[in-house]
Amino acid sequence: MEYILLIISAIFVNNVVLAQFLGVCPFLGVSNKVNTAIGMSGAVTFVMVLATMVTYLIHVYVLIPMGIAFMQTITFILVIAALVQMVEIILKKISQPLYQSLGIFLPLITTNCAVLGVAILVIKKNYNLAEGIVYGAATAIGFGLALVILAGIREQLELADVPSGMKGVPISLVTAGILALAFMGFAGLV
Amino acid sequence: MVLSLTLISVGASASLGFVYELTKSPIEISMLNRKLEAIKQVVPAFTNDPNEEMFRLPTGEGDSLDVYPAKNGEEIVGYAVTSYTNNGFSGFIRFAVGFTPDGTIYNITVLEHKETPGLGTKMVPDGTPEKPEFKDQFKGKNPAEFTLRVKKDGGQVDAITAATISSRAYCEGVQRAYNTLEKGGLI
Amino acid sequence: MNQMQNFTKGFLKENPILVLVLGTCPTLATTSSAMNGLGMGLATTFVLIGSNVVIALMKNIIPDKVRIPAFIVVIATFVTIVDLVMQAYVPALYVTLGIFIPLIVVNCIVLGRAEAYASKNTVWSSFVDGAGMGLGFTLALGVLGAVREILGGGSIFGFKFIEGDAILVFILAPGAFIALGYMIAVVNRINKKA
Repeated sequence: MEYILLIISAIFVNNVVLAQFLGVCPFLGVSNKVNTAIGMSGAVTFVMVLATMVTYLIHVYVLIPMGIAFMQTITFILVIAALVQMVEIILKKISQPLYQSLGIFLPLITTNCAVLGVAILVIKKNYNLAEGIVYGAATAIGFGLALVILAGIREQLELADVPSGMKGVPISLVTAGILALAFMGFAGLV
Repeated sequence: MVLSLTLISVGASASLGFVYELTKSPIEISMLNRKLEAIKQVVPAFTNDPNEEMFRLPTGEGDSLDVYPAKNGEEIVGYAVTSYTNNGFSGFIRFAVGFTPDGTIYNITVLEHKETPGLGTKMVPDGTPEKPEFKDQFKGKNPAEFTLRVKKDGGQVDAITAATISSRAYCEGVQRAYNTLEKGGLI
Repeated sequence: MNQMQNFTKGFLKENPILVLVLGTCPTLATTSSAMNGLGMGLATTFVLIGSNVVIALMKNIIPDKVRIPAFIVVIATFVTIVDLVMQAYVPALYVTLGIFIPLIVVNCIVLGRAEAYASKNTVWSSFVDGAGMGLGFTLALGVLGAVREILGGGSIFGFKFIEGDAILVFILAPGAFIALGYMIAVVNRINKKA
């Protein structure tokens, strides 16, 4: 029951992008086509869940016992960088077209604040490993949801008559704002 | 390549270790000060060091809370309990709840929260003088007689308009503090 | 480009957040008030200058293949230093900025300048670049924070000038996105005319 609450909260109520402001750069960068958005979400989900697991284990079994919790930032980001490298290699092997379409955004998952953010939040919120993994997966789903929705809207916006000053990033941001407003309505769920 | 990487890692770890040692005691001091400030707000004036005499009491839910006794000379004038709730609108809220030895609430202060600005944040005073605050209704009430639930749930607490969840969570946090003291036989 | 131009390019023409659109996450998250925005900007500027200088110093001994991890370690070190120092000396700001302090390490501005500038330029130029970009970022955060604080909270730098609440949505998530969107649009216009 607790897990259901955790999942609903992570996907809708406290959506990682629209409420917590994590993962906004790829959110703006990859959301112009629905297909790329879906591919990106898959990659991020994979990295996020793995990263949450590994960083949790390192924090609990290495950093804390050795009293070097202040090395958290360095170790976590290096773990994430390594995992992204791994995902790149795997993707190149199993799906060249997806690898091509994601382009530079794949290595940029390293700098996706959502991935590092979630890893740190799991420690801050004192989740155990199981809760952490569920939280990571649910957050990634929330990220994917927001990404795909925005991509769908942006594909439509291409055909609309946007004032020249607002084209591109500004109108995407305003759209994201309205989306965030909509998601605030989910607050009543929990 | 290995040499330069090692150099960088060693340099990084060394400088971090150094800064960590340097900032360790200022960090502890500032955390202590914040704690003392919070305690001062919720219990009557005291002459001892509540932090020195801090002890933990079980809540009955599997964990325990920190209790800070406030004394005037040898006489106990109040207990400050750092309580919490996980059921705030945005999750975790931490409180310092102060009781006088007969179990009456003296004052409450919110230490940490992420509630929605303009709604849940009304549980924290906004600094406007003479304005009645949400927490004023708790002062001087004894949870033994004053039901710590929002009116919607059959209690006596006036919830913050449109912030029922935050208000409920607030009550829960205060109740938890009271229960802990009661279980410990202090009130 | 002389050093003065190097320094000021980050203010308007190449403002990291308003023109290059880098570092959006902390921009949106920490600008609920002008003070918070400025605090975040200054912390980031410190990291930016530090990492730019160290990376420029070491650019000849970092092998190309491992440059990104090497940059990350340097940046993460400065971020941790800022984190510890803030925790010790400005605890209130530290608590407010919360998770976004360690997140400076993935702020694309910092890695971006390391890769695009510090690894290819002199130490002094990199220092100036870091300072300029950092201050441009800080300025943008300060202005956005002020706009959101005035419109949303009816206060500025904590000084309330109206009774009660203003247009609350501006302190909330949607307001952040919308305010930033319009700010970028305005700066685009200004840059186009210049």
